[in-house]
This record gives sequence, C-alpha cells and structure tokens, in this order.
Amino acid sequence: MPILQIDHLQKAYGDTHILHDINISIDEGDFLVLVGPSGCGKSTLLNCIAGLEPITGGDIQIAGRNVTGVSPKDRDIAMVFQSYALYPTMTVAKNITFGMKVRGVDKATQDTKLAEVSRQLQIEPLLHRKPGQLSGGQRQRVAMGRALVRDPKLFLFDEPLSNLDAKLRVSMRTEIKKLHQDLNASIVYVTHDQIEAMTLATKIVVMKGGVIQQIGTPAEIYNRPANMFVADFMGSPAMNLIPARVRVDAGQTRIEIARDGAEPLVITDPVARDLPAQIILGVRPEDIHEATGNAHLPGTAQGAGGEVMIEIVEPAGADTFAVTHLGGKAVTARLRAESAVRPRAMFPLAFDLSKVSYFSPTDGERLN
Amino acid sequence: MTSNTALRWGLYGMLILFALFYLMPLFVMLTTSLKSLEEIRTGSLLALPRDITFAPWAEAWSTACAGTQCEGLRPFFWNSVLMAVPAVLISTVIGALNGYVFAQWTFRGANLLFAAILFGCFIPFQVVLLPMAQMLGLMGLAGTIPGLIFVHVIYGLGFTTLFFRNYYVTIPQELVRAAKVDGAGFFRIFWSIFLPISLPIITVSVIWQFTQIWNDFLFGVSFSGAGSQPVTVALNNIVNSTTGVKAYNVDMAAAIIAALPTLLVYVIAGKYFIRGLTAGSVKG
Repeated sequence: MPILQIDHLQKAYGDTHILHDINISIDEGDFLVLVGPSGCGKSTLLNCIAGLEPITGGDIQIAGRNVTGVSPKDRDIAMVFQSYALYPTMTVAKNITFGMKVRGVDKATQDTKLAEVSRQLQIEPLLHRKPGQLSGGQRQRVAMGRALVRDPKLFLFDEPLSNLDAKLRVSMRTEIKKLHQDLNASIVYVTHDQIEAMTLATKIVVMKGGVIQQIGTPAEIYNRPANMFVADFMGSPAMNLIPARVRVDAGQTRIEIARDGAEPLVITDPVARDLPAQIILGVRPEDIHEATGNAHLPGTAQGAGGEVMIEIVEPAGADTFAVTHLGGKAVTARLRAESAVRPRAMFPLAFDLSKVSYFSPTDGERLN
Repeated sequence: MTSNTALRWGLYGMLILFALFYLMPLFVMLTTSLKSLEEIRTGSLLALPRDITFAPWAEAWSTACAGTQCEGLRPFFWNSVLMAVPAVLISTVIGALNGYVFAQWTFRGANLLFAAILFGCFIPFQVVLLPMAQMLGLMGLAGTIPGLIFVHVIYGLGFTTLFFRNYYVTIPQELVRAAKVDGAGFFRIFWSIFLPISLPIITVSVIWQFTQIWNDFLFGVSFSGAGSQPVTVALNNIVNSTTGVKAYNVDMAAAIIAALPTLLVYVIAGKYFIRGLTAGSVKG
C-alpha cells in the first residue's frame, strides 16, 4: 500500500492553473524530493498534500485513506517550514509539545516524547530558551523536533535548509538523511537545490510550470533525463546540450558537431540508433575526458573525440573544468585536477557515449 | 568639538523652552485650582498660591452644581468609568479578532470589507448623530450607559481593526500554517500564538480608545440621559452654570479631575504606546 498516492491532482486560482494532472505514488520509507525552479508549483503541491491549500480536482490518499477534503490536523502529517515557523513566545520545549497539548496527549507521554526527541536532535540544553535566542541551525533542529515528536505517517519538508549558510546546510543535509535512515520515515521534501535532491532522495519528481517533467530515482533522473529541461536542471555543472547532425552507416551512428573556424567535430556512437537528422547531443561534463592515456575507456577510440580549442580553464580543487565551444554552445569537460589543459590552446577531448542522451531539437524530449 | 557642544546646548535650550511653553497652561490650571477666589482676584495669573487650599477640589468633586444637580463631578466621573472601561475592552477585543482575520485568514472580498471598515475611521461624528439616535431608540438603549458603550464600540472598531490588522500582517503566515498542522483551530491559534505577542498593539489600542472615549463630548452630550452623562458633559455644565462670581478655582480643579485618567493611562503605558505605533515598521 503506498503511503502517499496522488491521482490527477489539479490546482487553479481562478483561471490560473498552478498544477496540471499530478500523479505521484510513494511507498513507506521513501524519501520523495520535489525539485524545480521557483514558481514551478512544488511548494503549492506540498501545501496541497498538507491540506493547507484546497485542490481543484483529483484525489490525495495518505496511508490508504482518502484525505482530499480533510483538514491538515486530521491528515496524520507533520511539516517543517522554510522559515521554521517557531511560536515566538513559547520556549523550545513548549514549541515541541504544542501539537500534543492541543491534541490532549497526557503530560507524562508529552514529557517522554520530548525527552526522546530532544536527545535525538541534541537540543536538550536549549529546551528552556525562546526561539529568538537560538541560531539558525538550532531553530532548524527545533522545527524538526516539532515534526518528529508527532510520529506521523508522512513528513513534509518545505525547503528547510534554504535559510542556512552553505556549510551548515551540508551538515544538516547529512543529518536529515541519517534521520530518514534511522526512523525509516516517509518524507516529501521540497527544494530548488538539485544537489539536495540528488543526495537525499530515493525518488525525485522534477517539476516545471506546474507539470511533472520526470519521476525517477536520482540515478535515473541523472543518467536518463526525460527531456532537455531535466537534463539541464539536474547536475552541476549542467549537462552539455550540443546541437548536432546525425548520419547512420554500417551499424554505427556518426555525429557531426559544427564549430567555428574548424572542420566539424565527428564522433562515433558504436551503437546504431534510430535518430532524426538533427538532434541535441546530451553529454555530462564527467563523460568528456582527456583523450591521451584514456584509450581503454569505451567509446574513446579516435572516432569519439578530437582536438578542440579550449577557451576557459576553471580549477575547482578536485577537478578542473575546461570550457570549449561546440555547435554554438559552451561545452564543459570535467578533467583531472592535474590535467595539463591550458586556455586558448588545442586540447584532445574524448567523448564517452555509454551514458549519452539524445534529445529532439523541436520538443526537447528524449530520443534514446 | 566646541561648535558641536554649542549646538547641543542650543538644542537643549530650545527643547526646554518648548516644554515650558506647553506646560504653562497646566501650571496655570494647577496653581489657580489651589488658590482661594480672593487670591485669584487680587493676584497675578502666573503667581504661585500664597495659601494653598484644597477646598476648590473638594467642591469640584462633590458639591459643584452642574445645571440643577449639585453633587459635583463624582457621579459623572463614575458614569465615564462605567462607559469607557467596557467600551475600550470590547472594541479592543473585537478589533483584535477582526485584525487577526484580515491579516491571517483572508477570504474573498476581505480587502473590500477592510476598506469599508477603514472608511468608518473617516466618517465625522456629526454625520452619524441622527441615524445613531434612531438606532439607539429602536434598540431601547437611548439615554443609557450601555447605549454610549455601543456607540463608542462601533465608532472605535475601525481604528482598533486597523491597528491589529497592521500588526498581525507582519507575522509570517507560516506560523498559522504550522499551528494548523499541529492541530490548533481558529481560536486556539489566536489565543496561544497571537495574543501573547500582542502586548504592544493592545497598549496602543487601549490608550487610543480610552483617550477617545473618555474625552468625547459630542456623543456624550447627544446620547446621554439625566443619569448617564459622562464627565466631559458635566464639566461643561459646571463651567457654564455658575451664577454670580465665576469660581475659576473650582473650574480648574474640575478640568484637571476630568483629564486625570487619560493622563494617568498615558504615563503608565506611554512607553509601550510609542513602541507599538512603530512596531513592524522596521524588520527586527
């Protein structure tokens, strides 16, 4: 039985459609991340699941129970908000137990639960402070404590890390992941940060303009993006999307990429594919290698690459990014840190096409 | 450095001058109220009393004649208390609830309704006199203290709603959402989350309403009966109904007595008044 099932959900404000025909199903213990650029409807969808926004059409089921018209308090959910939304006049302890108090849970149970959760989140020394006396990271913990103490069927997180500084964000991310593993909790998590989505999720929903672009595991989303939007949105640096021409002959696919001031770059995909003449070639930066010394890699025979003019070199510590220009687009290659690549010089690059994506230039959909 | 100091002294000098200027009437009232009639007639207006006497105060409080009734201000003072305290409390409570709804539970047409309520703040007293008299007559409240309370609550709602709405609108909506998920309902959220953070704006509302209602003359004189006149009306009657020699000292004492409660409220809660008026204007 899915812990959350959304069927044909529609959401509109008057004539403005915010969400179009949303269908999602997750199992118990899943960590679902809703990801997309701002304004894509991901937070609205989360609020619909919480019952904070009424929906225009469709059904929402939580743990097999249709909750479509049910108020938030009766949905057996807990939510962590972007601004933490701690009650300013209550102490940390009162913040955490407020929900139980409202529901009439007896004092002994409240105290036990409070002790348990505050130990888990290491906020015991803070219990008597007011939210105003806490740092951002501490507030975040308290907000999570307020959700954890409820022991709900479903946890909802609305961009919980976006107000933290970069370093704290990474450590809290790890903690949320650990919490998920320890509790085997079912979570729906909204973020605009694709790295958060990749690291946390067991399942990702990529959204744009109120429409689901793709649902899949992080690996599926990353390796087989359903369209150019997903390919571009997920991954940093983004996937290279290079306009190219295709010729199929002798069981091989020859891909020609136009470039300025030189012959077209021709690379060969050893697999025969049924592709139109014009395509967009999608290659992750890490699938473009330095050609020398990498001959053992699949698809890096001399046919799958060539010398290109490097424009910019960006050392990033663990890697060095080299940017060239192919098919009218900037193309980034992720090279070894100690690579000898130099800007404004020719450099041999090899394309690993084992995970290649091909997209239609007309509608952006995946072709292979 | 020296020019800076000079500037500072100049500034203080100006401020002290203004303060003296504004305090002058109070000084005259106070000194006059402590003089005998004989001394008022022979002495200067600004002179300190030679023999301090509290007789005018006693007379103003309990024996001065307002029209034909010679019981001083006392009964009318209590009328004012009985009118102002419930009117202030009721209009503040309803205003808080209104503001809470307008700020956090917006509904279709909320802005229009809020604009209509705001419009109520700008309606002059005189415009509502006749319809209000008719209303009070229909409700059987004409000439009674509950009738005056009703009038002041209605007239004050526009202001109190505005105060609370503008205060609550700065509170993030996520707070209400979090409480909803936690299981709290409309009144629980108001009681447990909004009311505890409302002290500054409650102070503003109470001071504003108390000053308005206590000092009001027009509604008081229009809608009160023989036994329900507020202190402002009685003060007017005392000052105007003297026969023979005008008892300035009694008039001054009566005026101070009538003004004392608003002065007291402001002194006690004034600090919060300023704080509440500016709350929310700066993100803090």
